Amino acid sequence: MATVNAATLLDVHHVRQRYRNASGEEGSLVLDDISIKLIEGEIVGLLGRSGCGKSSLLRIVSGLNRPSEGDVSFLGTPVNGAVDGVAMVFQSFALFPWMSVLANVELGLKVQGVPDDEARRRALSAIDLIGLDGFESAYPKELSGGMRQRVGFARALVVNPKILLMDEPFSALDVLTAETLRTDLLDLWCEGRMPIKSILMVTHNIEEAVLMCDRIIVLSSNPGRIAAEIRVNLAHPRNRLDPEFRQLVNEIYARMTARPVQKEPARDGAFPGLGLGMALPSVSTNSLAGLMETLAMKPFDGHAGLPALAEETGMEVDELFPIAETLQLMRFAEMGDGQIHLSEAGQRFVNADVDVRKKLFGDHLLSYVPLATRIRRVLDERPTHRAPLNRFLSELEDYMSDDYADATLDAVTNWGRYGEIFAYDETAQIFSLEDPT
Amino acid sequence: MRMETIPGLARRALPSYWDLAAFIIVVAVLVGIVSGSNGVAVPLPPPEAPVVDLDYWNLPYYALRTTLRMFAALAASLLFTFVYASLCAKSRRAEMVLIPILDILQSVPILGFLSFTVTFFLGLFPGRVLGAECAAVFAIFTSQAWNMAFSFYQSLRTVPKDLDEVSRGFQLTGWQKFWQLEAPFAVPGLVWNMMVSMSGGWFFVVASEAITVGDVTIKLPGIGSYLAVAIDGKRLDAVFAAILTMLVVILAYDQILFRPIVAWAAKFRVEMTASSSDPSSWVLTVFKRSKWLQTLLAPLGWSLRKIRFARLRLPAFGKMSLTPPRLVAIGIDWGWYLLITVAVVFAGWKIAEYVSTTLGWNDAYEALGLTLVTMVRVIALIALASLVWVPIGVWIGLRPHIAEYVQPIAQFLAAFPVNVLFPFVVAGIVAFHLDPDIWLSFLIVFGTQWYILFNVIAGASAFPADLKEVAANFHVKGWLWWKHVMLPGIFPYYFTGALTASGGSWNAAIVAEYVKWGDDKVTAHGIGAFIAKATEAGDFPRIVLGVAMMSIFVTLLNRFGWRRLFAIAERRLRLD
Repeated sequence: MATVNAATLLDVHHVRQRYRNASGEEGSLVLDDISIKLIEGEIVGLLGRSGCGKSSLLRIVSGLNRPSEGDVSFLGTPVNGAVDGVAMVFQSFALFPWMSVLANVELGLKVQGVPDDEARRRALSAIDLIGLDGFESAYPKELSGGMRQRVGFARALVVNPKILLMDEPFSALDVLTAETLRTDLLDLWCEGRMPIKSILMVTHNIEEAVLMCDRIIVLSSNPGRIAAEIRVNLAHPRNRLDPEFRQLVNEIYARMTARPVQKEPARDGAFPGLGLGMALPSVSTNSLAGLMETLAMKPFDGHAGLPALAEETGMEVDELFPIAETLQLMRFAEMGDGQIHLSEAGQRFVNADVDVRKKLFGDHLLSYVPLATRIRRVLDERPTHRAPLNRFLSELEDYMSDDYADATLDAVTNWGRYGEIFAYDETAQIFSLEDPT
Repeated sequence: MRMETIPGLARRALPSYWDLAAFIIVVAVLVGIVSGSNGVAVPLPPPEAPVVDLDYWNLPYYALRTTLRMFAALAASLLFTFVYASLCAKSRRAEMVLIPILDILQSVPILGFLSFTVTFFLGLFPGRVLGAECAAVFAIFTSQAWNMAFSFYQSLRTVPKDLDEVSRGFQLTGWQKFWQLEAPFAVPGLVWNMMVSMSGGWFFVVASEAITVGDVTIKLPGIGSYLAVAIDGKRLDAVFAAILTMLVVILAYDQILFRPIVAWAAKFRVEMTASSSDPSSWVLTVFKRSKWLQTLLAPLGWSLRKIRFARLRLPAFGKMSLTPPRLVAIGIDWGWYLLITVAVVFAGWKIAEYVSTTLGWNDAYEALGLTLVTMVRVIALIALASLVWVPIGVWIGLRPHIAEYVQPIAQFLAAFPVNVLFPFVVAGIVAFHLDPDIWLSFLIVFGTQWYILFNVIAGASAFPADLKEVAANFHVKGWLWWKHVMLPGIFPYYFTGALTASGGSWNAAIVAEYVKWGDDKVTAHGIGAFIAKATEAGDFPRIVLGVAMMSIFVTLLNRFGWRRLFAIAERRLRLD
């Protein structure tokens, strides 16, 4: 690698991004000090959980969004707006429903003013390459998910990009289809049949990252920071059952469950110690109870490695982590080093009947979730014992974007209803202490 | 038939200062037009009116003239929609003013406009029929444009984010993006609104082809004038002939124009499941399968494609990367607010000046009272129509083989301009000495009740089978079944129908509260009659007063009544 500098395709330099609310004011950090170099001939994975800003980062790289601070350069020229030579594949496929497969693929060429017959020829060869022969005149709604994503790939490849950006391209597909597409893409890549020089992909699936990437950048959440960079030196095609492969997967699980060491001072400055600024995931109480029960049963007996647990429950990291973390937050479980351990309270919860479970859950909610504590205190203090939803929503929006504030309040509302620490009237959007009669 | 969102309702419910500002601006423009053309109107020699002949053989020609007027107005509405809605969607500052204005325009009883615009256009083309033609087309335009613009604006605001990112990633210019993404995405909603507009348009054709403002009477060759002449001469046979012609024309354009468009528009729906019940059209099928037609039209398609892909850069909609510094932006904002405030204050002053020269507070109180009467009438009749049509609609909707036949008939009836039938009712009222305050009221919902019927049928047809089975399984019957099963299930649909019906009824009040048959005139108390009489007398200040009062009521009713209900429907009663 003597000519590293010459082969640098993309340079992300100390990028920071902040939330922006509807009126354009900037809030807390989404991405903090991200620097990445993309070098010719490698597949780089951005691995992180939902809310770590990995999709934002991808949009900054592609020039669709601008960072609050820092800059991005592509082949030495700064990126201001979308650039030729970078193409993107979307999680939702993002196909134009009113265009046939061929028209979807031709779009990028037509827009550039490529002559009709040349556009047709190039589109057909891209369709051929990606295995879509025979579907040229079909409309997206006639295709299965896997075929739709193939159109997404063909559309991205036909404009001869240097870099392919992929935003969780396989996560909307079923397991088998996703695997076929991954293998097909890797085959094309290894055989050098695609024009692209490098791939940057976003994923929350650890195994997918280890299967495909040469380098994995692990992002921490809230705000997104680079937590680790892991090089994968296994030869393609990689075998998921290979001990080395498993070892890497376990290692990454451990990294992702490592507790944040430093306390963030500035973020909950207004309410010291209350921790209201904590964004919470919308996890149902059924999932929480279900995970505790699974943990308590054989073969785990209250203790499990996260990869094994993910396999047992058939969940992906993105689904498993929020549940496990909520359990940890409420002290029903302990997490660390890729392991999860049911706490004494968690054990009691599993063995209890419905009413005792609700009581226990309510107690823990009040003790360990600051927002729940706050709602309950406000209701207790008011003579009417009623408070509107918006009161808490606007309080939360000082700390996080509107979407996260909604999700957080939604989660706490559901937990509070289950734990019977307060009632909520959806029509009037009011919290209260009385139960509906 | 699916439920479509009603333009403009999904937004905030309470009237704001913007609405007030918009209202003042709209009324002031009306006043400006009137006072500008007032002087010209009187000495103007009436255009050499072509004689409308009641010979049946003239009907096809008249039908053609009328239809052409309709499509000219539709074309104008489309153009207006593209420009106005795009401006609103792309510029925040324009949006602040233009959207409330559109909202008010939607609530203004358009028939009340008629006298202003006729005067204005006659002044524009003195002594020529062209002025009257423009006035008629403009009247139809005002009945078609607003909801189309709203629908388009809402589509532009809800373009899927991922498709937007693809377009930006491929660096589509504003022009290309408009034709590749924004316009196609808006097509289904726009087509549906075009059909509603077209139905509404018939009502206005009939009213606008033959109109009397003060001592100027204009009769343009068309079905509307034919009908007016027939009514004046009490020629029942000619009235029937006109109605029959209208039936044929409405059926024809539905089959030849709208069905193919609806079938074609289905491909623009952003839903990723192939729907089994895609609308079909024999005309479109013929079109697609005929090699001959295809070859003929190929060059047209090719050049259209070239135009759509042209790398034109729309100046204002180009790259937004040149954002001015924050302070400058705030400065421009304040300047803009100041400008609007000045305009509104000036407009308010002009209105007060104009109206107060001839009218006093007593007239205002009278108008207020009459509007209340009309409001009671509208609400009572919508309620009555609901009581009748909801059970019938549900009964039909639950029996698919009957619904299949009834649904198109109900939609057709909604498109039929019922004001042509009014004379018969008048004849009845006069013959039996009935109380016009009661019996004229029914005319208000004569044409609009069908909206309730066909929406309820659609709702009942779409009611989920599993919920029906649960109800049967638990033996839910009688009133409980209505209250807990069917009524909540069809509510969103019923709501769409009732809202459309209510809007149409306000407009109908202007023609329904004051009806003629030959020399017989029958009047009910209400703001509609107030406006109609003022129009006949050419009393412009009174028309302004009446129209303004009606607009205020319709706006408030929409905001406080319908939008609240809409919010409930959205939150609680959605089945998908």
